[in-house]
Amino acid sequence: MADTANDAPLKRTPLAETHEASGARMVPFAGYSMPLQYAGIIAEHTACREGAGLFDVSHMGQLRLDESEPGAAAAWLERLTPSNINGLKEGAARYSVLTNEAGGVVDDLIITNFGDHMRLVVNGARRDAVAAHFAAHADPKVTVTPIDRALIAIQGPEAEAALAPFVSIDLSALTFMTAAYGEAFGADAMISRCGYTGEDGFEISLPGDVAPAAWTTLCENPKVSPVGLGARDTLRLEAGLCLYGQDLSEEISPVEADIGFIMPRRRREEGGFLGAERILAEAAQGPARKRVGLKIEGRVPARAGAVLQADGRDVGIVTSGGVGPTVGGPIAMGFVEAGHNEIGTELAAIVRGKAVPVTVAPLPFVPSRAKRKT
Amino acid sequence: MKRYTKDHEWIEDADGILTVGITDHAQEQLGDITFVELPEVGKTVAKGDAFAVVESVKAASDVYAPVAGEVVEVNETLDATPELVNEAPEAAGWFAKIKTASADLSEFMDQAGYDEYLKTIS
Repeated sequence: MADTANDAPLKRTPLAETHEASGARMVPFAGYSMPLQYAGIIAEHTACREGAGLFDVSHMGQLRLDESEPGAAAAWLERLTPSNINGLKEGAARYSVLTNEAGGVVDDLIITNFGDHMRLVVNGARRDAVAAHFAAHADPKVTVTPIDRALIAIQGPEAEAALAPFVSIDLSALTFMTAAYGEAFGADAMISRCGYTGEDGFEISLPGDVAPAAWTTLCENPKVSPVGLGARDTLRLEAGLCLYGQDLSEEISPVEADIGFIMPRRRREEGGFLGAERILAEAAQGPARKRVGLKIEGRVPARAGAVLQADGRDVGIVTSGGVGPTVGGPIAMGFVEAGHNEIGTELAAIVRGKAVPVTVAPLPFVPSRAKRKT
Repeated sequence: MKRYTKDHEWIEDADGILTVGITDHAQEQLGDITFVELPEVGKTVAKGDAFAVVESVKAASDVYAPVAGEVVEVNETLDATPELVNEAPEAAGWFAKIKTASADLSEFMDQAGYDEYLKTIS
């Protein structure tokens, strides 16, 4: 997990007191005091896969983009991301990355189009970096405004049923990666069907002062369990999703990170985004190294930083690793050089000086249950 | 009588054979334990050696030998049921037995002393 170490006092989300009152263990994360766990990581992980998990993700940066002429915000984002933003329909959300000139990643984010404006959600630990990046590439036709709101995620097979009584919109009509404004818990809210667990679920952006009551109300449902950062990490690892600071960085390109799906054909042909030279070359020729899943033999996890070897030679590094409670054993993701990153390739992870056998495996480790359009 | 170290291990002496494990506080801090790497029986350990590793869902943590000696027995049941360390850290979740020539445990804390120590670090 990417902690930000600095001397500034920890910020608190509107739910910090609620977490503390429920006995959560709080840790510094992205400059905030955040819950690491409530009942325990495995119990919370399982509760999310089987029922519904409730996450405070208010540390994440929420931004609003306004434009002085139609299309300006989309055009600007097409300069900053390799994704199709011009074609993003009203009410649709898209996962993408902000690239830098060198073809690395400034941050990964969700972009939602609401017609006359857009909304962005960026990583908490990357708020300042994103602000600086936007300032350096500012467009006078586009205004970026931070939104000071709570953000709550509810994820899992019971998420829709648990949330539906408290929102004004018809959740069954909201498909994966779409969003709508409406009322939630009596306040104005933005509700998106998306998440970071591989499960179906929602994110609700709502005023901070109603967040504690919303949280408490949802927790009264026996199928809903609060989930801390610990299980958030095991859930996203099983879902094969990148964590910025580990699997994505200013040096790692989106092609290396194997998220080339964010870059559709038009963008590959036209380019015109920061870092396009490197990114398009890697997309055409194949990257020198690539993010892969790793299945680990035995029960010793290979964690971030473990070197990966083939025949005694270093060929990669683990960037995220741990135990997958649903998988029932250790799993990891890492970057492995070409020639050794095909699925099924046997490698060794060096853990405490010993070689642990690992096999390059397909991602995700646990199939996605997102509710896609049928 | 049980003794406790500042590294959150407990030690119980039975005629120069010391049973060693981690404290309830330690298991609580570590969270769900998924694997314990124990030393081999017969291994000689120096005081302060990392002689075992606890893998929790969160992280890997070293466990240090509180005394020098020879590992004469390890808790094989942890192999199949590492969660015993969470459930009964100071009983069925013991780690290893170390045979030592000089079992002077006076430098370690008793239960009351350890309870006081926990208050100072929380």
